[in-house]
Order: sequence, then structure tokens, then C-alpha cells
Amino acid sequence: MSSAARPPLASLGHLAARRSDTPEAPEGTPKIDVESMSFYYGDKRALHDISVRIRPNVVTAFIGPSGCGKSTFLRSLNRMNDIIQGTRVEGRIRIDNVDIYKPGLDVVQLRRRVGMVFQKSNPFPKSIFENIAYGLRINGMAGSSSELAGRVEESLKQAALWDEVKDRLHESALAMSGGQQQRLCIARALAVRPDILLMDEPASALDPIATQRIEELIYDLKKTYTIVIVTHNMQQAARVSDHTAFFWLGRLVEFDRTEKIFTAPAEKLTEDYVTGRFG
Amino acid sequence: MSEPAGSATSSHTAWRRRADVAFQALALLILLLALAALGALIWDVLADGTGRLSWDFLTSFSSRRAERAGIWHALTGSIFVIALTAAIAVPIGIGTAIHLEEYGSRNLVSRIIEINITNLASVPSIIYGLLGLGLFVRTLGMGRSVLAGASTLALLVLPVVILSTREALRAVPGSLREGSYALGATKWQTIWHQVLPVALPGILTGFILALSRAIGETAPLITIGAVTFVSFAPDSIWSPFTVLPIQVFDWVRRPQPEFHDNAAAGIVVLLGLLLSMNAAAIWLRDRFQTRGLR
Amino acid sequence: MRRFEFLIEWGLAGCALLSIGTTVSIIAVLAIETFAFLREVPVADFLFGTEWTPLFANPSFGVLPLVAGTVLVSAIAMLVALPMGLLSAVYLSEYASPRLRRIVKPVLEILAGVPTVVYGYFALLFITPFLQSFVPGMRTFNALGPGIVMGIMILPLVSSLSEDAMQSVPQGLREGSYALGATRMQTSLRVVVPGAFSGITAAFILAVSRAVGETMIVAIAAGQQPNLTANPLEPIETMTAYIVQISLGDTPQGTLEYRTIFAVGTLLFIGTFGLNLASAWLRERYREEYA
Repeated sequence: MSSAARPPLASLGHLAARRSDTPEAPEGTPKIDVESMSFYYGDKRALHDISVRIRPNVVTAFIGPSGCGKSTFLRSLNRMNDIIQGTRVEGRIRIDNVDIYKPGLDVVQLRRRVGMVFQKSNPFPKSIFENIAYGLRINGMAGSSSELAGRVEESLKQAALWDEVKDRLHESALAMSGGQQQRLCIARALAVRPDILLMDEPASALDPIATQRIEELIYDLKKTYTIVIVTHNMQQAARVSDHTAFFWLGRLVEFDRTEKIFTAPAEKLTEDYVTGRFG
Repeated sequence: MSEPAGSATSSHTAWRRRADVAFQALALLILLLALAALGALIWDVLADGTGRLSWDFLTSFSSRRAERAGIWHALTGSIFVIALTAAIAVPIGIGTAIHLEEYGSRNLVSRIIEINITNLASVPSIIYGLLGLGLFVRTLGMGRSVLAGASTLALLVLPVVILSTREALRAVPGSLREGSYALGATKWQTIWHQVLPVALPGILTGFILALSRAIGETAPLITIGAVTFVSFAPDSIWSPFTVLPIQVFDWVRRPQPEFHDNAAAGIVVLLGLLLSMNAAAIWLRDRFQTRGLR
Repeated sequence: MRRFEFLIEWGLAGCALLSIGTTVSIIAVLAIETFAFLREVPVADFLFGTEWTPLFANPSFGVLPLVAGTVLVSAIAMLVALPMGLLSAVYLSEYASPRLRRIVKPVLEILAGVPTVVYGYFALLFITPFLQSFVPGMRTFNALGPGIVMGIMILPLVSSLSEDAMQSVPQGLREGSYALGATRMQTSLRVVVPGAFSGITAAFILAVSRAVGETMIVAIAAGQQPNLTANPLEPIETMTAYIVQISLGDTPQGTLEYRTIFAVGTLLFIGTFGLNLASAWLRERYREEYA
């Protein structure tokens, strides 16, 4: 390691070391177990032999330069890539010991259990209430109208949005600010009681204050959910995550505790990236 | 540097500039001529027709005496046929568009269907009349009924409904569909609850425009046997019928100028119907465009 | 729930297949009746005969007069629609301000949306009398009046399709021309129009197809006398008007006379189909040029 790299590494490491509840190492029963997974867009291979084990109730961050495949990999975890034509997966992805690509697997159920929040918030053009009620209704989780209202309130509280919108639940979701819309999307995803929450650059379109609220939210949520977050913002990864995976050109270069990735990475490539030498 | 600007180039330039102005004037003149033709048509029809327009005209049936003849049978026939046409064409057209846009992959069958629809859109309307005659009137035994007429017109306007519905579906952003799938929705749930409501204004506009085309169609209905002298309003889908444009056609062909005035009046009513339908379509489109996704 | 989705998916696919069913039905209906017709009338007599008198006691089934009538009226319509349509397209694409375009284009669309019965009325009761006032030898039923009106009706089609073709010509080509000191007219006529050539030709062919298939204008104003002539002042009958004429009468179904409308219809279908195919092929080729 070069001495010239010290200051940036130290500041990031300082961020990462703040939390004392980081598990020792990425071991134990994995929630998501990926084994030699490769991904193809037609003939083009986008991901090469990825193997990683993601532990429950931690925040795992995927970092890497743009185009390195981290979003593709994230979307493979809830089979959102199935929507794109001509894609193919090799290898195995197991969630709670179930191979999610096995034939006959109920993809619809999978997506309920593995929720997703997108980079650009995409609330439905309906009321705030209806945005959340939709997921409950289509999954048969709505119950009576009072039960439904209760669940909507619960989700909004979980996303730290309730106080701001409780008086205007039936107004259009599109009238909210960007940060509120994104929290609504999080609430919407949480409403259907997933186990895992996938977040694809959730704060990249938001201002610093809104970003901070999202990051605080993530920190609270990890007690109940397993969270995987893709981010191009290394400071964010250092602040928010427990484990970090570094992707480069479709390969998983290094996966370890966040603290270690940002202070003493094992691979030179990782070190070059986190010190800002490229990407 | 270059050669000195001789009188040859500068006079050529002056000529070119004059030609340009002349050309512009000519093109503008042509445009105005086309608009003038439209104006003349409307003026002619209004001049001859408004005299005959009255409540009696609207509510009377056909008659051998020109001053007593009205369009009630034709008007009700038109409305009845168009309503039935819509009932047939709209579900099938929207269903086809949804299939092509949301379910159809880029495979050979879908491509063939698309090419086929584009072709059908350019087939002359009288061929549809022959189709209706051979298939609906004879083979399926519907006779010269409202049902046969509506079925024929439905096939005629189907390509238009399909194409405009596809446009409306395409305009729905993909992020909406993704958000729905990510929550564990099935394809149909996503289409029914998210895509269709957003695409609805565009779909409505498209099908109103298709119907406004159908209401002016004459040739296919004559071919399947919509009779020109009908003295009653149709009372069921199996009854014989006539439509407004056919009544106009019948009156125009008669030698007496009084019938020509009747025809003009009928045209005024027809154009009025068309105008309101198109206005409704435009109003719908504008209203939902301002309210739509931000 | 899964079964419901399955049913819906198949229902939608069924709708889509219906469109293929339509084409198949058109071909079947036309073919069946035409073959029955051709069993009694030799193909050569039909296609090359010059007398069309199917309702006479001693009938003749030569379709050429009808074809000639169609060609004559369509040719007149094209003489009106093609130059006027192209010129207006050039003006709208290269000269007009956005405001003018916003006013003119809806008006052109109105021209295209007027029912053909109305145009027929206009042709018989306005244009023909108007022309008769200064054209000697002009008869009440003729090819010129409806031809002109048909041209006006088709003008918007030519104009809008040509304009689309010209709009797709890259701005860089125009700029190159202007930079050399060309006027707008020279750029339009020598650079843009040739650059949009396939698209414009496709538009022209589609317009011809439209004219050939047009029915009501000619049924009202052109006459019902099959007449093998090139004189636009005389009455003629087109293929489409013939079909209308028989449909209005009491020709019983299943007879040879009845089948003539299908034979003529088949000829019409083949003609317009060929034209549409040519137009579509040209448009595909033109799309690739600027990909």
C-alpha cells in the first residue's frame, strides 16, 4: 500500500469503524447464497462467476465503477432481469436455501419476499394511500378496510413518512418531493413484508438532506430486514453498510467487512478504486 | 483568393432569390387553394342545406315527397350501427394491442400479425363490404342486418383501434411496470391496475377517431345490403337498416333539386356529428395530458 | 389465480389471431366466388375483353372498361394531388413557421376526414357545374370532376407522408447546402426532396392505392356507363362504382352476375395490395438509409 493513499483511506475507515455492531466476518448461515453465477445479455457476458454469501440482518453494499455489473447482479436477486428479453443466468442463487432459478419457482412470490427500491423513485400515479394499498391488494394481504388502513399506516411509519403525510393520504403521490417519493417507494416495498430489501442507488437522485434521511432509515431497517444496496458513492457505502462487495468489469473482486475494504483491502484493484485512483 | 464577384454570379444570385420568392408564393398559393376548396365545400353544403334543417327533418322518416322526407331512420340506424361497431371493435382491438405490446415477443408470429394489421389498414373499404357480404350476410347467415353491418365496420376500423391503442400503451413509462413487478404483481395485474388506467385517455381518443371514420362509411354498408329506402328505425340487431351517408347518397342521385337540398341538410347533420366526435376526442386528449404523469 | 391469468393470456392471443383471420377471410371470400366466376368466364375474356355488359341478355365480361375508368379518374386525381401535395409538404417542412404549421396541419387533417359521400356531393353539384360553365363538351357524369375532387381528398395524405419523409432528412444536409450559398428553394428541391426520395415515392404509391380504391365520389359523380376511353369529359364507370351499382340492385345471389362483383373485387384487391406492398417496401428501405 502506498503512503500517498493514507488520508482518503483513513477518513473512510473512520466512517466505517464508527459502528461497533459489525459482525466479525461474512460467515454464518447466509441469507443469500450465490455460487458461480454468470449472467448473459444474449451472447454478451455481463457477470463472470460471482460467488458471494450475504448474511441476514446486515446491510451489504455493492460498489464499483458504472457499468461493472452491480445493478445487473442486484436485479438478478429478485429476477427482475427476467423482464428483459434474451437474458440468461448460469450458476446458482439460493435464498433461504431455495434455488430461485429452479424451474417452476413462483417468481411472483419471490418478488414479494425480495423487495426492490429503484434509483429513480417510481410512485404510481395514484394517491399515497393507494400506492401502498396496491401491493397489499394484489398479494391478497389487504384484509378488511380497517386492517388495510392499519397496514398502510404501519408501512409509512416504518419509512419515517407517516407524520409528514398522515393528513393527506388521499392526495396524489406525485405531488410529494423527491425524497418523500423515494421514502414512499420504500414504504410500499415494506408493506408486503419482504425479508430482503434490494436498493439500487436509492439516494442518487436526492439532495444531501434527503439522502441523510434515507441512510438513517436504512440503518433502522436492518434490524428487521436484510438489505443489499448498490451505490456508486463510496462515502455512502462506508457510512451505511456492514459488508461491502467490490465489482469490476462484471467480476466480484473482493467481499469483506466494510471497515476492512476501506482501510486495508486485500486486492490492489480495490485499493485503487476506494482511494479514487479510477472510476 | 477567389475570382472577383463578376456580374454573372450576382445576376444569377438575384435571379435565384426571385425564384425563391416565387416558389414560396406558389407553394403558399397551393396551400390556400386546398383550404379554399374545403371552404367552398362547407359553404356550398351549408348554403343548400341549412334551409332544410329543422326538427321535422330530424324526426321524419323517408318519403317520396322531398319536403316531407327526414333522416330519423337513417340517424337512428347510424347511431345503432356505430354503437354496435364500438362494442365489437373496442374489446378485440384493445385486446390485440395489449397482446402485441405486452405479451408478444419479437417472434415471427407477432411480426406477421403486425405486418398483417398494417396491410389491413390500407385495404379499400369496399373490399371489406365484399367480405361482409360473403362472410357475415351469407356464410354466417346474419342477413342484411345491423349485426352484419356492425361486424363489417368493426373489421374495417380494427386496425386503427389497434394502432392507436399500441401508441397509448407505448407511452406508459417502463418504470411504472417495473415498480409493479417488483412488488410481486403478475403481468395481468400490472396491465390492469397500472398500465391501462394511464393509457386510457389515449385509447379513448383513438377509438373515438376510429368511430368517427366509421360513421362516414358508405360503400361497405351498401355492399352488404343496407337498403336505401327504409321507412323505419331499426329495432333489433337483426333488422334491416340504413345509415345517414347512404340516405345522403340516395338523395344526391335523384334528379330533383329538392332532394339535393335534403342531401345537403343530411350532410350538415353528418358533419355536425363528426365535429362533435372529434372535438370530444381532442378535449379528452388535452384534458388528460395536463393531468397526466409529471 | 394462475388459471385466470392463463385464460386472459390466451384470450388476448386469440384477439390478435383474429386479424389474421380477417385477411384469410377476405382472400377466401374473394377467391371462392371468383373461381366460380372463372369457371363460366375464361380468364382471358375477363382480363382482356373490352366490353363490360354483364347484365345484358347477351353478356360480355371484359373488364378493361372498368379498369380504364379507374385508371382515368385516378390519373386525374394524381395530377392534382401529387404536385400540390408535394409542394405543400415542401412549404410546411422547409418554410413554414411553427405557428403556421399548427394552423395548417389540422385543417389538412379535416380535409382528410370528410366523408367521401360529401365529396361526391361536392363533385356532382358544385365542381361539375362549375367546370361545365367553361369547358365545352363536359357531360354531367364525367371523370374530370370527381378526379379533381378525389385529388383534393388525397392531397393531405401525400402532404403529410412526404413531410414526414422530409423531416427525417438530417439537418446536416441542409446546412451543408446553405453553407454553399444555396437558397431555400434550391436546398429544398435539390437536397431535401432527393434525400427523402424513397419516402416520397412511398407516399405517392400509397396515394394511388387510395385513389384506386375510392368508391363514393365516383359512384355519385362519374357515372355508371362502362366506357373504354381516355376522354375525361365523358361518363365512365370505375371498378368500385360497379360493385356499388350491383349491390344496390336486385341481382339475386349465387348467379353469375352476382359473382362479377367478386371478380372485379379480386382484381381491385390484387391491385391495391400490390401497390401497398410496394409502398411499404420502399418505406422500409428508406428507413434504413438514415439509421
